[in-house]
Amino acid sequence: MSARNRELLTLLLAGLVASTAFASAWFQSTGAIDYGWVPWALLLGGVFVAAHAVTRLTVPHADPTLLPLAALLCAVGLTFVYRLDPEDGRKQLVWVAVGVAAYCLVLVVLRYDYRVLERYKYLFGVSAIVLLILPSVPGLGQRINGVRLWIEVGPLQFQPGEFAKIFLVIFLAGYLRDKREALAQGRLKDFGPLLAIWGGAMLVLVQTSDLGSALLNFGIFLAMLYVATNRLSIVLAGLALFAGGAALLYNALDRVQQRVTVWLEPWTDDKVYCTINGALEYRQNCDSYQLVKSLYSIANGGYGGTGIGKGTFQTVDGTPLIPYLQTDFIYSALAQELGLIGVAAVLLLFLALVARGMRVALTAQDGFSKLLAAGLSFGFALQTFIIVGGVLRLVPLTGITLPFISYGGTSIVANLVMVALLLLVSNRAVVTSR
Amino acid sequence: MNPQLARVARVAMGLIVVLIVATTYWQTWARPGLAARQDNEIQRVAEFEVKRGLILAPGRVLARNRAEKRGGKTYYFRRYPQGPLTAGVVGYSTISRSRAGLEKSLNGVLTGTDRALSDLVDQQLHELSGKPIVGDTVVTTLDLHAQRVALDALGSKCGAVVALDPRSGKLLVMASSPTYNPNLVEEHFDKIDRVTADCRPAAPLINRATQGLYAPGSTFKVVTAAAALESRRFTPDSSFYDPGYCTVYGKRVNNFDTEAPFGNLTLAQGLQHSVNSVFCNIGKALGARRILEQAKKFGFYERPPLETPENERYPSGLYRNHELWYPKRDQDVDAGRMAFGQERLLVTPMQMAMVAGGVGNAGIVMRPWVVDKVVSPQGKTVSRTRRERLSRAVGPVNAKEIADMMVSVVQAGTGTAAQIPGYRVGGKTGTAETGVDGRNTTWFIAFAGREGQRPEVAIAVALENQSLTGGVTAAPIAKQVMEAILRPAGNP
Repeated sequence: MSARNRELLTLLLAGLVASTAFASAWFQSTGAIDYGWVPWALLLGGVFVAAHAVTRLTVPHADPTLLPLAALLCAVGLTFVYRLDPEDGRKQLVWVAVGVAAYCLVLVVLRYDYRVLERYKYLFGVSAIVLLILPSVPGLGQRINGVRLWIEVGPLQFQPGEFAKIFLVIFLAGYLRDKREALAQGRLKDFGPLLAIWGGAMLVLVQTSDLGSALLNFGIFLAMLYVATNRLSIVLAGLALFAGGAALLYNALDRVQQRVTVWLEPWTDDKVYCTINGALEYRQNCDSYQLVKSLYSIANGGYGGTGIGKGTFQTVDGTPLIPYLQTDFIYSALAQELGLIGVAAVLLLFLALVARGMRVALTAQDGFSKLLAAGLSFGFALQTFIIVGGVLRLVPLTGITLPFISYGGTSIVANLVMVALLLLVSNRAVVTSR
Repeated sequence: MNPQLARVARVAMGLIVVLIVATTYWQTWARPGLAARQDNEIQRVAEFEVKRGLILAPGRVLARNRAEKRGGKTYYFRRYPQGPLTAGVVGYSTISRSRAGLEKSLNGVLTGTDRALSDLVDQQLHELSGKPIVGDTVVTTLDLHAQRVALDALGSKCGAVVALDPRSGKLLVMASSPTYNPNLVEEHFDKIDRVTADCRPAAPLINRATQGLYAPGSTFKVVTAAAALESRRFTPDSSFYDPGYCTVYGKRVNNFDTEAPFGNLTLAQGLQHSVNSVFCNIGKALGARRILEQAKKFGFYERPPLETPENERYPSGLYRNHELWYPKRDQDVDAGRMAFGQERLLVTPMQMAMVAGGVGNAGIVMRPWVVDKVVSPQGKTVSRTRRERLSRAVGPVNAKEIADMMVSVVQAGTGTAAQIPGYRVGGKTGTAETGVDGRNTTWFIAFAGREGQRPEVAIAVALENQSLTGGVTAAPIAKQVMEAILRPAGNP
């Protein structure tokens, strides 16, 4: 069977699973068994079948699993965003459609040779920095929950950091391909631009007080640097630099300090200083309220979960128990309703996506393509790890989105564009190896 | 580049695997601990979506559900049709103040989470069909008529009444005064805070039957007498000389219940008239630990076994600095004063009912229980409590001797107020001084049954802040409650 036919078949299978999930969320929310869920399933299914058609036309030999994996993850996200707030669900569906349009656009524009991107690597590098600093520009940027991640354009909120990530990967893939030999020899002057990037990451961290995206971008940078140079020492030195910078910032930024305290000791037996109201409170009722409530939500899922639509996210009088459930904490909603079995399956979808992405990198023929695919795939893995690991108290919690699943337009669009780039690399790898 | 690429791929996939492991930790290993935390509102709210099982007494509903639809979900809130009557045992289940009593200790049964695997599968199927989870119903052994009599008799006094069937250990009455209305806990807790009674603080949420720690006074003489007879150094006919006081460490301790010296008398007469000096001398002869060993056989130094929450049942024994304490050496304790119930002895009414029941039941203490059976929503009996021997406290011959002594207490001693015509009643009074006038704890422990048969009821009554003796204050209450149990319809 051809790759595209396999893709279509897998897509239909994913559609079946997703429709079942969405239908049960629908039944729970409306309290009646009717066919109101069908238009949703058809719309979302139609969007991805269209994506498949464009894929078939532009990159016929590309990996057949990436699109169905992305589609299923989007559908799981949509199901949960809808279940938590039907109005947000409607918006999310629109964003998925916009994301797929962007996906198709990337495929169509770059269908002949995506390696033209390499030519504009410095443009991408500069754009990445501009995008990262944009939210800090007075008048344009918006501070939400103490983090500057958004800019406002008319009625739309836009999170430029998500695209900065892609631009950064493109820049690094081009730059590292150029300089990898020099870097591997360890000539100090070649590290200038890299030190500049490190400085940039720190600057962004200070500007946005957002440890999450700084960690993500820097982690992608180190992974690509290692792939390019095969020098573990460089990676370790980079990690040490980052840790040192973060430690300095830890002392300078209250917000970072607070996150770490919450991470280390979310529950206290005695009342401690509460940074929210300045009074003495148990930390679980104050600074670590979100984290602790989200852990309770996860634990409540147990092995099998409560079932979609049956989780407890509100008090008896309807007050939400977990703030930012649709965005930062969507994993704890998934964990409660799907249980260990379901949520492990979702994580395995991510694992499969990362594995296939890395396979694309391995099969690619040229350095730029390898670095590009590796950077994008590692980006998926690290982003998932940072947010889910934060929710699971493995690392300090930082507010970034869970790819494909969290509510948020920019994130969805950016992730689908990343999938499109992976498919382009994959298609070329197959064609050139023939 | 491929070797290092493969390494990065492994790291990337490893990150996701770590997430799966961490999720497993929170959803399995850490789950019970998190579910038990006080601030876990999710757990508490989720449990209110379960249609809890009922709590029943024979012929009466003690706890039922009131379904309320809020925000597309049905929540089941608890109602307690009997109000304050059985609050101490049944407790409450609320969102604002969590749970107490059987509602707390049997939460797993009442929410259906303690079920066997096959039933759990049924439940999953049931859930998939969109119906609420229904918990199992708990049927208690309480005798509500006698319970009502006990609470009415206690009135505004602070104290407790515990009555059980000594032949089986079945709990019949557990009344604590002042009590509270469990229907007010969720939304009108301030009204419970304002409950007043003849003691301060009134502390209505304390179940004094199992959480009230009182000096046992002369009721402990029953335990001392058992130790004396079991030691074989004394018989009921052992003779003593009572000068009206007992010298302990050079200090005189007067008899309380009776003022004048008795002169020559036997052990049996000593118990009948509650003569302190007799037991003081037995205590000095036996040593403290020998008496405490006897007390342990009645259940002291353990939380009395019952289905209520562990933290609502206190063990009886010597207390030092608010902690249960067992002396390592005899000379650490004043055995003479301990033998008649002073020193640092603290006991619960529940424990003293077990003492009276053990003596009446030929020396065998039966394990107390209040949950008769658990019934599934389909009406199937899931489990039924069987009677079980807790311990042999006294040999059968000695038990009979002590029982006879206790009968003489009621016939012609300090406990005549507890006589029930047509029944054989044995009892022991107690008046524990607290050092403040009018603040004594008074006691009556007793058993009663038909002549020639094993007693059908054993009881302990403890009252706080009394100015008179146990024979005058507690014995009449014990009589009323025992009558209510022995003659349920009020027929003679």
